Amino acid sequence: MTDQTMVLRVENISKRLGGRQILKDVSLELHRGELKVLIGPSGGGKSTLLQCINFLIPPDEGRIWLGEQQIEIHRKQDLYAYRQKVGMIFQDFNLFDHLNALDNVSIALRKVKKIARKDAEERAMRELERVGLGDKTTLYPSQLSGGQKQRVSIARALAMDPEALLLDEPTSALDPELIGEVLGVIRNLAQDGMTMIMATHQLGFIRTLADDILFMQDGQIIEQGSPAELLDAENGSRTQAFCAKLNELSDESET
Amino acid sequence: MDEWNFFIHQVVPALNRGLVQSMWLILPSASIGLCLGALVGTLRAYGPLPLRKACDIYATVFRGTPLLVQLFVLYFGLPSIGIYLSPYTAAVLGFILCTGAYQSEYVRGAFLSIRRGQLLATQALGFSSMQSMLWVILPQAMRRALPGCGNEIIYLIKYSSLAYIITFIELTGEGKILAVKYFRYTEVFFAIGLYYLFMVTLANFLLTWLEKKLYIPGFGRG
Ligand SMILES: Nc1ncnc2c1ncn2[C@@H]1O[C@H](COP(=O)(O)OP(=O)(O)OP(=O)(O)O)[C@@H](O)[C@H]1O
Ligand SMILES: [Mg+2]
Repeated sequence: MTDQTMVLRVENISKRLGGRQILKDVSLELHRGELKVLIGPSGGGKSTLLQCINFLIPPDEGRIWLGEQQIEIHRKQDLYAYRQKVGMIFQDFNLFDHLNALDNVSIALRKVKKIARKDAEERAMRELERVGLGDKTTLYPSQLSGGQKQRVSIARALAMDPEALLLDEPTSALDPELIGEVLGVIRNLAQDGMTMIMATHQLGFIRTLADDILFMQDGQIIEQGSPAELLDAENGSRTQAFCAKLNELSDESET
Repeated sequence: MDEWNFFIHQVVPALNRGLVQSMWLILPSASIGLCLGALVGTLRAYGPLPLRKACDIYATVFRGTPLLVQLFVLYFGLPSIGIYLSPYTAAVLGFILCTGAYQSEYVRGAFLSIRRGQLLATQALGFSSMQSMLWVILPQAMRRALPGCGNEIIYLIKYSSLAYIITFIELTGEGKILAVKYFRYTEVFFAIGLYYLFMVTLANFLLTWLEKKLYIPGFGRG
């Protein structure tokens, strides 16, 4: 799936918030078709890192490239163009409450990309079908389940033709029985070669689909490697210990 | 039949005259006041700090003092610094300033009630600030502000009667003159009440229609 074309390069990102150093000199590279997973204890800086990557939180220091182009945050038009190419999926969906599913997906096409309504709606329709919601286009967010809302938000991001997706714990606000439908959609994206970086604690998903795991703690990436390398019970990695803990907790909650 | 003649030939013409004058007060006050409130409310929610503070002070002063006092200051007070306003100007100005302060409160609340996550979502999709305002924030804020703003217009219809105290003869003023002249307070004031009820019912009807037109399933609850 992965080739060596660089899609996104993040170099030496640092961020202070509320007098504390939240990110310390974080760097990573994302190649075409790659799925990188961010994992680590709560407060480790995963969300902050993802939001720094598309400048929802402006980093204090560091540089970001999309392909060959370095992003200059002060050039507004460049920033808006960059954000259109880097989709973001939020933990709590953040759908637009006043728009139905179809308009949620098509509004950015119409108002930001200035695509004619008819074409934008056709495109939105295709994306909603792709996430299995072709029959829910006229429903409003309040009429959708959590899993459906998250799938609409994925369709909304996909409609922009992003070169990469940032996903911040896309399933952690969902009831257990709804997690599968969202992970299924993301799995299909991974298999279709979408480039993604995703914060998640879904171990089964990570084991089978992640190309690379980044273990984040106290604002730094302290371990990095393939699932095979890091999750092997023998190797004594921090990642392995953390995941064993997660497993224990989920076993307890199930029994 | 005497009663009937009194109503047809005295009360109705006088109150109709007053009704037109009241409309002249209410329509500009309500529309300009709403625009003022929208502007001030937006500044109170998103404006730069000094301007936000200034608008807060304006709203506090005009919501914190009786409208009658505001009208007295405009009509009887300003001449002492050389500003002479006609009763009509003083009344409309007072109503605009007062209703604008209340409207700004509803508008501000509506803006602040919109979840920040939706703003993040627009930014992540590459919206400019202007585009998110226009296509996501405003359509929602408008719907959230509507019930409060509509209520304020209904209050304005009723407190427009205070204009007669600064000698602008509108509906209540006409009625009062009549009641005093013929010494028939009960019937005349009862009739005035019906006229106001008519205006409020009309306004309510329009507001309900607008609310229905803007209705979105599940929006505004929770
Ligand atoms: N605006 C802010 N001001 C001050 N501190 C903040 C702010 N935003 C986040 N933080 C702090 O930054 C740290 C990292 O937060 P972040 O949300 O990035 O962690 P996370 O790894 O995503 O955690 P979780 O698994 O709980 O989502 C936390 O300690 C948090 O309290
Ligand atoms: Mg987080």
